[in-house]
Amino acid sequence: MNYSDTSIAVTTPFLSLESVRKTYPGVVALDGFSMEVRPGEVIGLVGENGAGKSTLMKILGGVTTPDAGTITVDGTAHKGLSVEGSLDSGIAFVHQELNLFENLDVAANVFFGREPLRAGPLKLVDRSKLREMVAPLLKRVGANFSADAQVADLSLAQQQMVEIAKALSIKARLVILDEPTSSLPLAETDKLLDVIKALKADGISVIFISHRLHEVERVADRVVVLRDGMLAGTLGKRDINHDQMVKLMIGRMLKEREKASEAARAPGATALAAKAIRTPSYPGRPVDLDVRRGEILGLAGLVGSGRTELARVFFGIDGSLGGMLELDGKPLVLGSAADAVAQGIFLVPEDRKLTGILLDLSIAQNISLPNLPAHARRSLVSASAETATAEKQKKDLGIKAPSVQTRTGTLSGGNQQKVVLGKWLAMNPKVMILDEPTRGIDIGAKAEIYGLMRALADAGVAVLMISSDMEEVIGVSDRIAVMHEGQISGILDKDQFSQENVLLLAVGKQPK
Amino acid sequence: MSKKDLGLLILILVVGAIVAIINPRFLLPINLANTSNLIGLFGILSIGQAFVIITGGIELSVGSVVALLGTLFIDFIAVRELDWPLAFVLIIALGAIIGLVHGWLITRLKLQPFVVTLCGLLIYRGVARFYTADGTAGFAFGQNFPELEFLTAGRSWGVPNSFIALIVIAIVMWVVLHRSVFGRYLYAIGKNEEAAKYSGIRTGRIVMTAYVICGVLTALSAIYFAMYTRSISPASHGQFYELYAIAAAVLGGFSLRGGEGSLIGVILGTVLLQELQNLVNLLGIPSSLNFAVMGGVILIGVLVDQQWGVFRARRLMVDAARKNIAGAPAE
Repeated sequence: MNYSDTSIAVTTPFLSLESVRKTYPGVVALDGFSMEVRPGEVIGLVGENGAGKSTLMKILGGVTTPDAGTITVDGTAHKGLSVEGSLDSGIAFVHQELNLFENLDVAANVFFGREPLRAGPLKLVDRSKLREMVAPLLKRVGANFSADAQVADLSLAQQQMVEIAKALSIKARLVILDEPTSSLPLAETDKLLDVIKALKADGISVIFISHRLHEVERVADRVVVLRDGMLAGTLGKRDINHDQMVKLMIGRMLKEREKASEAARAPGATALAAKAIRTPSYPGRPVDLDVRRGEILGLAGLVGSGRTELARVFFGIDGSLGGMLELDGKPLVLGSAADAVAQGIFLVPEDRKLTGILLDLSIAQNISLPNLPAHARRSLVSASAETATAEKQKKDLGIKAPSVQTRTGTLSGGNQQKVVLGKWLAMNPKVMILDEPTRGIDIGAKAEIYGLMRALADAGVAVLMISSDMEEVIGVSDRIAVMHEGQISGILDKDQFSQENVLLLAVGKQPK
Repeated sequence: MSKKDLGLLILILVVGAIVAIINPRFLLPINLANTSNLIGLFGILSIGQAFVIITGGIELSVGSVVALLGTLFIDFIAVRELDWPLAFVLIIALGAIIGLVHGWLITRLKLQPFVVTLCGLLIYRGVARFYTADGTAGFAFGQNFPELEFLTAGRSWGVPNSFIALIVIAIVMWVVLHRSVFGRYLYAIGKNEEAAKYSGIRTGRIVMTAYVICGVLTALSAIYFAMYTRSISPASHGQFYELYAIAAAVLGGFSLRGGEGSLIGVILGTVLLQELQNLVNLLGIPSSLNFAVMGGVILIGVLVDQQWGVFRARRLMVDAARKNIAGAPAE
């Protein structure tokens, strides 16, 4: 599994880590981890959540110091880096959340705090010189926008280019991209991958951290896999493939992706129907959609295509600006989420921590919350009834926690998501809407959540799953509806499923 | 009783013991009765405020409401000669309406609680002064309301009835806040209103109800205050009472961000504030320093609480690290 490309091996590494160890109270975050980064090399860094990637980034950024091991940068060995030391040696970060001033233009952002000044007591910014300095950097990242453009007007991928230009402006020799594509629409992802190739051509090293394994496959020279704070393995260029990465990440092969057992599932009756529904974000685009009992309907589309907005209307959070909803063939009027819940329409929202659960409440309190009157006698909450309901969900869903009285804020992402599911499963769902149900969740927990969705569908629930993960949409759905700019651009049946078809519909073209 | 409440109780007892040693008059029945009467009046007010603060809101108009409703109450029974039970019901209803209007502006029209209730503070004070033409509302010579006076300013077994009223209200509100479905909703909304909404809770109604509860309790305390002072000059009656109520809640462990605090806490907070007032009087501290003493104690209290939290978090980490070094398996 180790790389043995002699052509690369001769160059001395720009960065090398040796037996790095870092512990936090109660956790060994990194344990005897070693890796090397050569000039002009693109390294894909993958691992499940909690595998130690963030700790590694913190060490490289100089935010934290390892307990043991050495870090050699450019031939000089260190016990640990400082923030300034890391910057000075040419290590630059582009984080998932961009650090740009949206109200300023590109040039001001790239050289923020390091602007060239005019002579004189006022120390005014020398705008023309600033533009001269920025122009070549933008050219290097292949920017198709000017230095005067307002950052707020740029797309996400363009904003990432500004971040990379910023990294280049400090003469970076290693650029670390942390989940750069997770919020990018597909077309923009390609641009970003091109920029990575351009950096490589200039001899700049790149560490590319991503959960999107096919992108890692496309761009990495070598893949380093972390598991439980240790190096699980390294894959050389020729060995990089999806299954190998997954195997190293979880330490075993995932069982064959659940094949839709019966090719043709008898479609159930329509549970939830949207008839010319207009959402507040695309008021001019009526949406028609049927979710049938016993099916998992995947809702695919690019970020911003209006999927979440549609879910919010289905759940009564936003009002519809026109059209009507039907549940089991009867007109449905929703004034609030409470109305939807009363009808058995439940939503597992996209943003778990903000809207899915209350982090300060216990598992039991979260699970009973939507159905609290049923856990009360004469309006007084019965703790034993709450505990009983929660215990059942904890057992059924396999929620890993010391007890149901544990604060949900202390649980892992996967277990938090199970609590969100648990609170709805404890009631009787008719329609279950899941918005990006596995985002930020370990591969192991993902499989369990797919299993739960299938069990729901088998029990006759109409399941609507919004997902940006192509493999998930194709692997889990019975039908796929694709949205493009606020409208359903097409619906695919099982025999039409392919990445290509979903993509074509997502950009508004006809499938083959 | 939480550790926080216990700490506050110990502080109250320690301060009380010190004051009693320096000035034994602190323990005279007449002094204790007077102080507990004030605790009763301010306590009812503060419980109302606590219900609003738990939702993450604030009610700044309670002082002005005490002035306005107190003025109206005395006017109703002394000048217009309504039966006092009728006047009582009218005043409570007015308090509920004021709370309802505030709640409606805040939840339906999405105005900020601070702004809505600040306007209320100005408006009700102005209306009260206009209503009496800046005069004083009071009873004429010889006017008597024996039952009302007994219930508000009287004593049973030497205990002021206002204090007994507080205890009854506190017990009821404790059940509502800490045991009822409504109370759980209040905490959930205070912690994270969005998540509560996504769990199917009608958050608007719950928050509005909190303001109505505050309005009703404020109206009740307005009647008690009116019967205690017996004459009201609307320009100054009830001034800064909203701050007493907020201070009691904060001392009692409430977070102004919402979602935190206990009923016992707000009662203990009221007790401590009134004890401090009494201390200023008994120890011969110039009464002009009254507010300064109160402010200083609240600041120290909040500071100690905060530092205690930091200290505990650190100790937990050190403990965990020790265990880790000792070779306990890490997760």
